[in-house]
Order: sequence, then structure tokens, then C-alpha cells
Amino acid sequence: MKRDILIGLGLLVLLVIISAVSGPYLLRLSTIVLMYIVLALSWNFIGGMAGYPSFATAAFFGLGAYTGAVVQTSGGSMYVAWCAAALMTAVVSGFLGWVLLRLRGHYFAIASFALVEVFRVLTNSMTDITGGGMGLNLPVPQLASVHAQAVFFFYAMLGLAIVTFAVTLAVSHSKLGFGLRCIQQNEPAADILGIKTTLHKVVAFILSASFVAVAGAVYASWVYYIEPPDVFDIMYSIKPIVMVLLGGAGTVFGPIIGAVLYLSLEEIVWRNLLQVNTGALGVLIVLLVLYLPRGFLSLKFKRLRKKVTT
Amino acid sequence: MLYLQVILNGLVLGGIYACIAVGFSLVWGVLNVINIMHGSLIVLGSYVAYTAHAAFGISPFVSILFIAPAFFLLGYLIELVLINRIVTAPVLLTLTLTFGLDLILINGMLVGFSADFKRLTLDPPLGTLSVGGLALPVDRLVAMVLAIALTGLLYLILSRSRIGRAISAVRMDREAAMLMGVNVNHVNSVTFGFGTMMAGVAGALLAMIFPIYPLLGYTYLGKAFVICVLGGLGSIPGALLGGIVLGEVESFGAIWFGPEHAVTVSFALLILVLLFRPEGLLGRKGFA
Repeated sequence: MKRDILIGLGLLVLLVIISAVSGPYLLRLSTIVLMYIVLALSWNFIGGMAGYPSFATAAFFGLGAYTGAVVQTSGGSMYVAWCAAALMTAVVSGFLGWVLLRLRGHYFAIASFALVEVFRVLTNSMTDITGGGMGLNLPVPQLASVHAQAVFFFYAMLGLAIVTFAVTLAVSHSKLGFGLRCIQQNEPAADILGIKTTLHKVVAFILSASFVAVAGAVYASWVYYIEPPDVFDIMYSIKPIVMVLLGGAGTVFGPIIGAVLYLSLEEIVWRNLLQVNTGALGVLIVLLVLYLPRGFLSLKFKRLRKKVTT
Repeated sequence: MLYLQVILNGLVLGGIYACIAVGFSLVWGVLNVINIMHGSLIVLGSYVAYTAHAAFGISPFVSILFIAPAFFLLGYLIELVLINRIVTAPVLLTLTLTFGLDLILINGMLVGFSADFKRLTLDPPLGTLSVGGLALPVDRLVAMVLAIALTGLLYLILSRSRIGRAISAVRMDREAAMLMGVNVNHVNSVTFGFGTMMAGVAGALLAMIFPIYPLLGYTYLGKAFVICVLGGLGSIPGALLGGIVLGEVESFGAIWFGPEHAVTVSFALLILVLLFRPEGLLGRKGFA
């Protein structure tokens, strides 16, 4: 635990240095990296620790973005909006988790897929609240300059990422994390041994939804225009999963490393392959699943273990 | 009269939906793999039929004769080379793999056929049949009849032939089938081949009814999910029933709640069935 905190602090210092010296491009990119770190760490609660293949990330991202946006357009401040997004999504995800987490494996995956679609269509059709297909315009944040805005949202995402990471660390070393790992390995056995599986899973689901929702709300304030296909994009479900797989599922640092690696790849490789960028993502996914299913972190450990044994 | 027409529309739609879902359901039931690519494979079938019609004037009714074996081979190879390597891995990995393949396929279709909407128009058009005040578009009717016939053919293959019985055996109990000397890897590949074949053929038939564009696959995939869950996994009669139920639900949903809520209604149905009858409406195992 101490070592984990130290590495986390090191990363933090690195990020702050980057933000202090960098221009607008790098600042924006690191804000996005931080957002995806939040998404990946969040998915890790339910997908990595409990082993439930959730595709609902986009649903909660959108729900958070829209809750925040509606609060802001009706006069609430940004911070109120972010808190409202967290609260609203925690309640909704708690209820949905209690219903959906009875399903396992493929069935859960499909139900969570369906959630994104249903949320998107519902948002689209509730025109009087959400503006429907026209989207919602948020008030532009009143800050000194464009650069100050960029810096502000960088620190907002950074703060959120730190909170998410701290919670991940706490959960990972707590009884809750232990219980979730038991559920991943053998749920009926965990149940028999007295772990309250439903409660554990619902808590993991709420955790995995709430931070995502705040990220969505911050994103909405940041770009100040959202529409259903933008925030309920299924890619918000897929990318965090790829990142976690890239880094190492169920670990504390895997999602962070995965997010950084993924977005670096995206920036370096795919902006040169505009025509085939989704195809390139597909190839990456296929290679990853076939050759590195346990993530980047597993590579290092394998080598270390070899060193120890020889 | 209105309701009769709605029921009829639902039935016709349902027959076609069954054809969409049957391959998906078979793969899921036998390999325990959710094939996210299925929708895009249907769209690929549509594009092949469209190209054959636009470039060489071959009617889709003829082109399914070569689409079927070509798609079987394609599916067989995809399974053999890629999916078979992780077929026993956890759900998340198999799902993610087929999703990655799906992205590649969609991107390929975007580059190859562009993002424009395409439509295969038969010349001369088949027109509309009217029986006692009920309107029946002939193209849909023919597509439905063919779809059901193909589904029936697959059912016969599965219940009568040697490889079909092997597939059913693997679906019922993988380990037991292995112990009885069934070559499970071969069965996996053949099953995936059949699934892909049904997707290609369904695509060729659908090309006559719906406009085609590369991202259409997700719509079909969503329907296949719902039908599969309604009908129960890997069961062909189940897929037929599920298809018809979904067709009816969408038709009635459209007149009661408005067509924009068709997706919500069908997904709500999906979640309800998942919760209360997860084995599907016909729910019994081991039925070809």
C-alpha cells in the first residue's frame, strides 16, 4: 500500500509539471488522458475486480453529462452540477445494479449494452428537458482567458482522477476489494463462504458509475455543448475496457498505464491513419486479446519472476 | 382491420428477424461466444448482393447461391484462425475480440463502399399484393418466405446430418461430446461457418428491403440480442418464435407508443425476459 501511494504521488508530480510547462495541445491531451483514467479506473471496480463485463460506462457518462448540463442550464453552479451528477447516477446505478447484477456473463454484458442504447433513446425523446436531438448548450465558464479555462478543467479532471485513484487504492486493500476478487474467481463459493455477493456487486457498480458520471459532467462543462450521440457514444464503454486490458485488469495501476498507453498510441499512430483509424483500433484489440490478454503489467511480472527463479 | 394489418406486418417482419438471429443464436449457444460481428456480417452480405446486382445485374435470389458458400468459408476461417484460440477464455475476452474484428470489418466497408446509403431496387419492382383490404409488399413477403425456408433448412441440417448432431451434442454438453469423440474444434468452426452463412444470406435478402450503410450492423445486432434472449439460446424454433414476437412487439409498439420508441420497448422487453425467464420463452436445452 505504501509503495502504491508513493508511485501515485510520483505520477501526480509528473502530471503537474507537464501541465505547468506545456502548451494548449498537451494540456488538452492530458485533460483527456485524465478523463480516460477516471473511466478506466471506474470500470476496473466492476469489470476488473468483480469480473462482470459491464458495457454501461457510456450510459453513466451520458447520464452524468446530461444531469450536470440540465442543472447548469437551469441556473445551478458548476460544482452543484457535478455533485448532482454524482448523486443522481449513484441512485440510478444502485437501482439498476440491484436489478441487473442478478445476470451473469453474456447476459449481463448484453443488458449493460442495452442500457446505453435505452438511455440514449430516452434522452433523445425527452425534448423538453434535454433538448433532444438538438443537444444542450451550457453556459460558458466565466474565466479570465481561454488558457485559464483549459488549466481549470485540467485541474478539475486531475482532482477527480486523484479521488478515483484513492478510492481504488482503498477498495483494493479493503475487505470490499477482497470480496470482489472472490466473486470474480468463484461467485457461488464466495456466497457460501459468507460474502454478501449482491451487496458487494451493487457497491462496485455504484462506484464504477459515480466517478464516470462526474467525469461526464465535467466534460459537459468543459466543452459546453452536448448531444445524445456524443455523450452516449458506445466508444466510452469500449475504450476504458481496452485500456484496462492493455494495462492489466484488476490491478491498481493497470488502468492508468493502459489509459496513457492507449491515448499515446491514438495520438501517434491514428492521426496518421485517418481513413482507417477504427480499423487500427480493431487490430490493436485483436492483437491485445490474442497475445497479451492479461495486460502490460503481466509482462513485467513474468520477467521478474523469471529473474527470481533463475 | 388496422390491428389485422399490424399483426400481419409484425409476422412478415418477424420471419425476416428470425433469419437475422438464427446464426447469432447458434454461435452463442454452441461456442458460448457473443459474436458482435454478426450485424456487420449481415451488412457485408447486403453489400455483396448490392454489388452483384448493380455491377452484374444478378438478382439477390441468385446471388444467395454463391453468397452462402462464400460466407460459410469466411466464417469457418475466422473461427479457425482467430476465435478458436480463445474460445474457452472468459466472456470479456471473446466479446472484446469479436468487437475488435467488427471494428475492422466496419472500417473496411466504410473504405470499400463509402458511407452513403445504398439501396437495391429490383427491376421491375415486385409491387404490393392486396388481399381483402390488407396490403402486403411482395418483396418483404418473398424475403420472409425465403428466410423461413432457409431457417428450416438449417434446422434440418442440424437435426438430421452427422455434423448437425455433433453440433447439437456440443451445445448440450461440451465435455461429454469431447469424451464421445466429437472433434469439438471442428464443430466450433463449422458452427461459426453456419452462423456467418446465415448472416450473409439474411443480408442479401434484407438488401431488398432496407437501405444499406456500414453502421447498420448495430441495429441488426441489437435485434439479434433481443430475439436470442426471447427465444432461448441456440434453439432454431426459439429464434423463429423470438423473431415473430419481436416483430409483433415492434409493430404494436410503433402504433401505441410511436415508432421512435420501438428500440426502448424492445430493450425493455429484453431486460424483463432476462430477469424473469432467462432461459427464453421456449427454454429447454438440447433442442436443435
